Amino acid sequence: MQLITQVTGTGIPLLLDDIDTDRIIPARFLRCVTFDGLGEHSFEDDRQQDRSHPFDDSRFKGAAVLVAGRNFGCGSSREHAPQALMRWGIKTIIGESFAEIFFGNCTTLGVPCVCASRGDLEKLTAAINADPKISISVDLNSLQAKAGSLTVPISIPDGARLALTTGKWDFLGQLLEGADAVQAAAKTLPYMTGFKA
Amino acid sequence: MTDRRNLFNKVWDLHSVRSIASGQTQLFIGLHLIHEVTSPQAFSILRDRNLTVMFPERTLATVDHIVPTDNQLRPFADGLAEEMMSAIEKNCRDFGVRLFDLKDIRQGVVHIVGPEQGLTQPGMTIACGDSHTSTHGAFGSIAFGIGTSQVADVLATQTLALSRPKVRRIEVTGKLRPGVFAKDVILHIIRKLGVQGGVGYAYEYAGEVFDRMTIEERMTVCNMSIEGGARCGYVNPDQTTVDYIKGRPFAPQGADFDRAAAWWLSLASPADAEFDDRVTFNGSEIEPTVTWGINPAQSVGVSERLPKLSTLTADDQKGTGDAFAYMGLNEDQPIQGVKIDVAFIGSCTNGRISDLREAAAIAKGRKVAAGVKALVVPGSQLVRQQAMDEGLDKIFEAAGFEWREAGCSMCLAMNPDKLKGREVCASSSNRNFKGRQGSPTGRTLLMSPAMVAAAAINGCVSDVRSML
Ligand code: SF4
Repeated sequence: MQLITQVTGTGIPLLLDDIDTDRIIPARFLRCVTFDGLGEHSFEDDRQQDRSHPFDDSRFKGAAVLVAGRNFGCGSSREHAPQALMRWGIKTIIGESFAEIFFGNCTTLGVPCVCASRGDLEKLTAAINADPKISISVDLNSLQAKAGSLTVPISIPDGARLALTTGKWDFLGQLLEGADAVQAAAKTLPYMTGFKA
Repeated sequence: MTDRRNLFNKVWDLHSVRSIASGQTQLFIGLHLIHEVTSPQAFSILRDRNLTVMFPERTLATVDHIVPTDNQLRPFADGLAEEMMSAIEKNCRDFGVRLFDLKDIRQGVVHIVGPEQGLTQPGMTIACGDSHTSTHGAFGSIAFGIGTSQVADVLATQTLALSRPKVRRIEVTGKLRPGVFAKDVILHIIRKLGVQGGVGYAYEYAGEVFDRMTIEERMTVCNMSIEGGARCGYVNPDQTTVDYIKGRPFAPQGADFDRAAAWWLSLASPADAEFDDRVTFNGSEIEPTVTWGINPAQSVGVSERLPKLSTLTADDQKGTGDAFAYMGLNEDQPIQGVKIDVAFIGSCTNGRISDLREAAAIAKGRKVAAGVKALVVPGSQLVRQQAMDEGLDKIFEAAGFEWREAGCSMCLAMNPDKLKGREVCASSSNRNFKGRQGSPTGRTLLMSPAMVAAAAINGCVSDVRSML
């Protein structure tokens, strides 16, 4: 599996709090049996109501680094949300904080979600607005994000960082390696053996 | 040394298979529930990698999200819904997974079906591709929502790669006052701790108020743990739990049941259990609670007014102002009297028999206000049957409510039950996010089923305590 240590690209600012997964991908687009084609519907309803939404702003076309606010990705567990963002082109998200299920889904897809302070997120937003073509890099080893002359510290829980930087974010592969241990563990659980004496 | 581990940590330790290279725990999952929305891509992953389901008897499938609650004839009018339905039928057939489909009386919303069938038991780890899996914590299990890639992980390996969360004990002391329900308790907790207060935590709900609650009430509380940011919430198993499970189809029988019950009770957190954090609320201070905004922490007691912007921090002013603008509400206005267009009683939060009874008690002998569309959607076919045996359908219909088939219905926008335009809905569901109920500009006020019934009858948010 690919080692993900550094992600680089242009940015798109969306410094809002409590953005839930219903907003990232409205439920009607979940009527599907594959994730194909979800990208273009990212934030569909927000964009309908706000024609100046960053996801419709040509200056941010092709962006890979999403700058988000607090509790990003809360609500529904739908993996369709990170799938939609990923298919739109997002490769990493810098936010103040993330909802847990969303964070886990992103990690499994190889999309690092890293945290930065509100002040630094505002600086990043200003840098992107001043020059939408500015290259932003998110480095999981140095734990820094850089945009031009701006360098800000970032954080990410160790488990996710290690999984991404060592190419172990395909959890299914690792879990399958433990199949024998799983069979053994199952036999120790009372409900797996019908509570027999 | 005595064992001071709380229930969460005991159950976690029992299910730990090993540590994996990236540092997470490989955790065994005792019960896996799947539904039509988040499973098709997971089965595709299995097919792509040539994998089988490791313990097919530990997974149960049902259909709920896309199911129409009026005309259920196949093929569905919505071709996309029909395609999803066919997909889950084929996937369950191909991989040997049991499916409760529409023809099966046991079909219903996934979080209602598991407990109803006795599949949900204390001491289990339970996962489902749905964030309200926390519901099952009411039995003293560790239950949480997962994404679709993780659904594939559970199907193929019966395990997940997870990091252990911290545990916060939330104690609610005292006694709830009349007209205050489990829904009000959890809305109050979320209001006080915030929508991200629980991130990184599992919640243990404890104290007199939870001790006295029925299992169904505990399910309502645990259901909305995720709205408070906690992926999972639980109540320690007690005699109420044991009594609820006894005799259900998938429960152990006879002497096995007695051994099971003893094991379940032994898992409860001891009196001197250790926690990472503790919070206490006084139950007698909780009022019937109503949300006014676009996240579930934006709520007030029914006798209160909406917040004044000048009393909030600069950060909160922005979010609150945006929420007022979206909702068409003003600062400092009373919540009582806010007009509604639609009333929805149902969902995995409040679609069980006790919820329908509470709502019916308010609806009985009264009429839904002119111009209000009111729906009652039982959470499962068995709940629907039970309600009809008790004559609740007649009470609702006489009052002017529509009586529907089981499903998720207007809790989310994936089936024909949707808000139109800027309609305002008094809803017993769990999310008031922008657009959640199917219209991108639709508005949701969350409250207890009894409060929804009161709002339906008066045409506006009302204090159910004056109608008891
Ligand atoms: S009732 Fe609502 S919250 Fe519950 S499973 Fe269905 S859509 Fe999700």
